[in-house]
Amino acid sequence: MNEIVGATVSRAEVEDLLYREADLLDSWRLDDWLKLLTDDAAYYVPPNDKPDADPRFALFTIADDMVRLRERIIRLKDPNCHAEYPLSRTRRLISNVRITGVDGDVIAVVANFIVHRFRHNDLQRVFVGHYRYKLRRQGGQLKIAERRAILDAEELGLLGSVSFIL
Amino acid sequence: MNYQPSSHDFVVENREQKTFFVNREVFVSADVLEREQRAVFDHCWIYVGHASELKNPGDFKTRPVAGRPIIFCRDREGAVHALINCCRHRGALVCREREGNARQFYCMYHGWTYHPDGRLKSVPGADAYGAAFDTGEMGLVAVPRLEAYRDFYFANFDRDAVDLGSYLGGAKEYIDLVVDQSPSGKMQIVSGTQEYDIRANWKLLVENSVDDYHLISTHSTWLNYMRNSGVNVTPPKGELLPTRGFGRDLGNGHLTTDNPNYRGRPVARWISVYGEDAKADIDAIRNELVSRLGSARAARVADTNRNLCIFPNLVINDGSSVTVRHFYPIAPDRMHVTAWALGPVEETEAQRARRLHAFLTFYGPGGFATPDDVAALEAAQLGFAAWREVPWSDLSRGMAKAPDQQLATDEGHLRVFWRKWSELMGARV
Repeated sequence: MNEIVGATVSRAEVEDLLYREADLLDSWRLDDWLKLLTDDAAYYVPPNDKPDADPRFALFTIADDMVRLRERIIRLKDPNCHAEYPLSRTRRLISNVRITGVDGDVIAVVANFIVHRFRHNDLQRVFVGHYRYKLRRQGGQLKIAERRAILDAEELGLLGSVSFIL
Repeated sequence: MNYQPSSHDFVVENREQKTFFVNREVFVSADVLEREQRAVFDHCWIYVGHASELKNPGDFKTRPVAGRPIIFCRDREGAVHALINCCRHRGALVCREREGNARQFYCMYHGWTYHPDGRLKSVPGADAYGAAFDTGEMGLVAVPRLEAYRDFYFANFDRDAVDLGSYLGGAKEYIDLVVDQSPSGKMQIVSGTQEYDIRANWKLLVENSVDDYHLISTHSTWLNYMRNSGVNVTPPKGELLPTRGFGRDLGNGHLTTDNPNYRGRPVARWISVYGEDAKADIDAIRNELVSRLGSARAARVADTNRNLCIFPNLVINDGSSVTVRHFYPIAPDRMHVTAWALGPVEETEAQRARRLHAFLTFYGPGGFATPDDVAALEAAQLGFAAWREVPWSDLSRGMAKAPDQQLATDEGHLRVFWRKWSELMGARV
């Protein structure tokens, strides 16, 4: 059922996109990563205690529209972004990829993630959770219109800051 | 030349030489932490929560307060309690959920149950106890003192402490400036909690929360974002941001910055980041302020940023948004931070969304500024490994100036915290 939905997208194509995204983020090729997003994309990390909340009514950890997301990338590339200088090393494992629905031109996808994060002078931190994506085809290319990274941790606690792109 | 002290005290002030030093042992020592927990946290009013978090009878939140597990709850009659979450029988938590609505608290170990006001409700097999067993005396223990100022609830573990109002002293005026943003005088904690640890001593976050000296070096990427968004954040030549801001001593160890606004405020100062669409709305909010408070008071509420520290561990930042955050040491080199957004209950959906957007740009573990503060504090803590060789932190900035000339970029207000801390901790043993 999930292999092909309405013949618009295959799970393999979705997986290719998510794996490419993970690779670009792990290699800090952030400008190339931005090209995977639609011009009206949004990036959310909801609060750990309200994972299903709406960013208009609840305090998120991150709720970026495209304007602020571009600014976030400018910041991350600046050596004065002290929380990410020197850059963290991250390694993302993406799995359990499922296409959960198609609504018009929007393809809903969920996937699990484990992001290991290593920093000089710091603890190894492991971010575990799942993504909820909204994908859209634009100019023949499958793009990310919304990505929501939902952490399983009850609170950030020792995960500390989410200063990289989760 | 003896710029630095030869003393072994924790805090060394030399008014003649205009110097003020803190010994870095206070950031690394387990003995100091133990003493702080008894001498500071067990005698001061410690923030518990906000009335708006308990909307309905039976609502509860569980959270640590001064290291104790606490149930912050509203009973069936509407009264607010802070109960120690510890069964009178054998000590287990009687409520293990983060939040909810309870008809009773049920201890899963042996089944004792308690009313939401703390009274013991039932004991399985109560007939096995002797005649002296008095269920009326065996309710959940309440914190010794619980008092509120304008919906902010504080607990005190010292039964003989002064009342909360006297304790807050000059800080009340600055809480009022926050609460006055609401036409009805009712603020609310917005849903969604930011809870994160910082691997640094808790006192560093007190300093950092009110220290405007670090703005340009630590937060240049945030200033760039503001600039890119069309906000003028360039200080006059030779001045430090924020210009003309003051650091103030509010008595009893409380302190605040008091700065002219340059970074926009949802109530009620428009900046380009909000978008043209928001201009009329911000004007309307401002008009309401002026008609209710008069123009002088309205300007005070809308045109100043204030980072307020209620001694010892509550910070209310009324900046580009309002954040309420408190923190508690888990170890000398680790603190747990809990932070919320606070806004007027009357806010429309658009106003609330604007407030939250402004919040996230600066504050919190995913913001453009807080993660760099965390990095700075953790870098300091790593440096303190050499506290024996490099023992003194220098907090002398501004000492050569008059008390009413202490800028927010000076350290006069940081010294307010340290003097009170030092007074409560007593002489070094």
